[in-house]
Amino acid sequence: MKPLWKRAYDWVDERVELGGLVEFMGKKYVPVHRHSVWYYFGGVSLFLFILQVITGILLLMYYKSGEEQAFESVQFITSKVQFGWLIRSIHSWTANLFILAAFIHMFSVYFTKAYKNPREITWVTGMLMFFLALFFGFSGYLLPWNELAFFATKVGTDIAGAIPIIGKPMLVFLRGGEEVTGATLSRMFGIHIAILPGIFTVLLSIHLLLVQRQGMSEPTHFGDETKGEMKTMPFFPNFLLRDLLLWLLVLNVIAILAVIFPWELGRKADAFGSAPAGIKPEWYFLFMFQTLKYIPAKISIIDGEVLGILAFGVAGMLWTLVPFWDRQSERGGRGRFVTYVGIVAVLFIILLTIVGWLS
Amino acid sequence: MTNDVEQGGEQEGRRDFLKYVLGGGLLAWSAAVLYPIFAFLKPPKQAEVEVTSVKAGKVSAIEKDSGMIVRFGNKPVILIRGADGDFRALSATCTHLDCTVQYRKDMGLIWCACHNGRYDLNGRNIAGPPPRPLEEYRVIVQDDDVMISRKV
Repeated sequence: MKPLWKRAYDWVDERVELGGLVEFMGKKYVPVHRHSVWYYFGGVSLFLFILQVITGILLLMYYKSGEEQAFESVQFITSKVQFGWLIRSIHSWTANLFILAAFIHMFSVYFTKAYKNPREITWVTGMLMFFLALFFGFSGYLLPWNELAFFATKVGTDIAGAIPIIGKPMLVFLRGGEEVTGATLSRMFGIHIAILPGIFTVLLSIHLLLVQRQGMSEPTHFGDETKGEMKTMPFFPNFLLRDLLLWLLVLNVIAILAVIFPWELGRKADAFGSAPAGIKPEWYFLFMFQTLKYIPAKISIIDGEVLGILAFGVAGMLWTLVPFWDRQSERGGRGRFVTYVGIVAVLFIILLTIVGWLS
Repeated sequence: MTNDVEQGGEQEGRRDFLKYVLGGGLLAWSAAVLYPIFAFLKPPKQAEVEVTSVKAGKVSAIEKDSGMIVRFGNKPVILIRGADGDFRALSATCTHLDCTVQYRKDMGLIWCACHNGRYDLNGRNIAGPPPRPLEEYRVIVQDDDVMISRKV
């Protein structure tokens, strides 16, 4: 008699032919070279996203949307619900680390030119997920309905409103009216827990399917470095087990952070209170926020703010479309121009984030 | 032969006709589906009671050299009582990015915490990013009551 798990496998295999899939997994190899470490950041981002889904669903069991209840329900979660403080702190910490991991993943793919043919779609879906991650952060930030979140949302939506033509309708759409009110909270809640996860899941599926289907990219000059000798590691189980070990470490780090530095709730939002001193956006918006401060209020007839927003929009678009204009790497060159652009972008982001943090 | 070609041409014409009818129909159908969705997302205009003046408080209860935020309809207004005891009222919504300003005793001016915008006590933008001055409101003192109303 075959063991039960074997019989269960055979039962499924007979119906959906798992054989091909198993064979495919068995033949998948991950290149081993001095840049291999970057391969792990995609997996870490994925793990952090899964953590967000789990802790997010848990928080949903107690969270109440609405001006009169949101702050109180988060207070209830962190003070009354068993381990509520932990779940909420993990959700907040993971949100930040997720964006950090996505940043690292994106830049490593950018600098190794892994986006080039045939992986353009993987890159574009990744970039779209990155923008969604920022929107996830922005919409989730308001949900506890505290003072900082209230003004951050006012400023953020006001910036969106400055965009010519589509700005005003977008502001009204995001706020659910002219002002930031309970209607805004309802919208952000719906966006955060239904719209964004839905779109994100579709993009993530495409992204992961392509990674599996096309295999890991090798850096452009892989051949030169190893003189044609390609060291590899089987994806299953070697790479996957390393991935899982790293996930375990990441979860431990998050648990430690959440325990030692629990996320603050602050004071309840008051639509008729002044903005508190020392208010700042989340760190991942800080560099844009700081740049906007340096642009003069008016540049000839155009609002400085509008110009800054448009510049960031164009930069983001060009960044997303890099596989389509980077002809140099496509032809097998080192793509030095793209590398320099990337270095400038990284330095710009780090420098302005630090300046914004200190000011 | 000629008959065939004619027939072919006729068929082509019919096919094109069908293509336009079906394509146009699909387009109209999409619009009929999408329009209600977009219309739904647009928040309805809510009837607001037009506020022309509000009672901010009692003269005796407001300290000299202080500022407070007063609810004026659904907008915040900042009421400042100067060191000389005079009242002035200005819109409390920063003209830069919509934050709510506050009175800073130590600086003797109006300050926005979000981006370090500064206004003098007449609401003129004197430093930082604000592009326009704060809108002025009229303050009327009746006996002991401080009333704020819109400037006409």
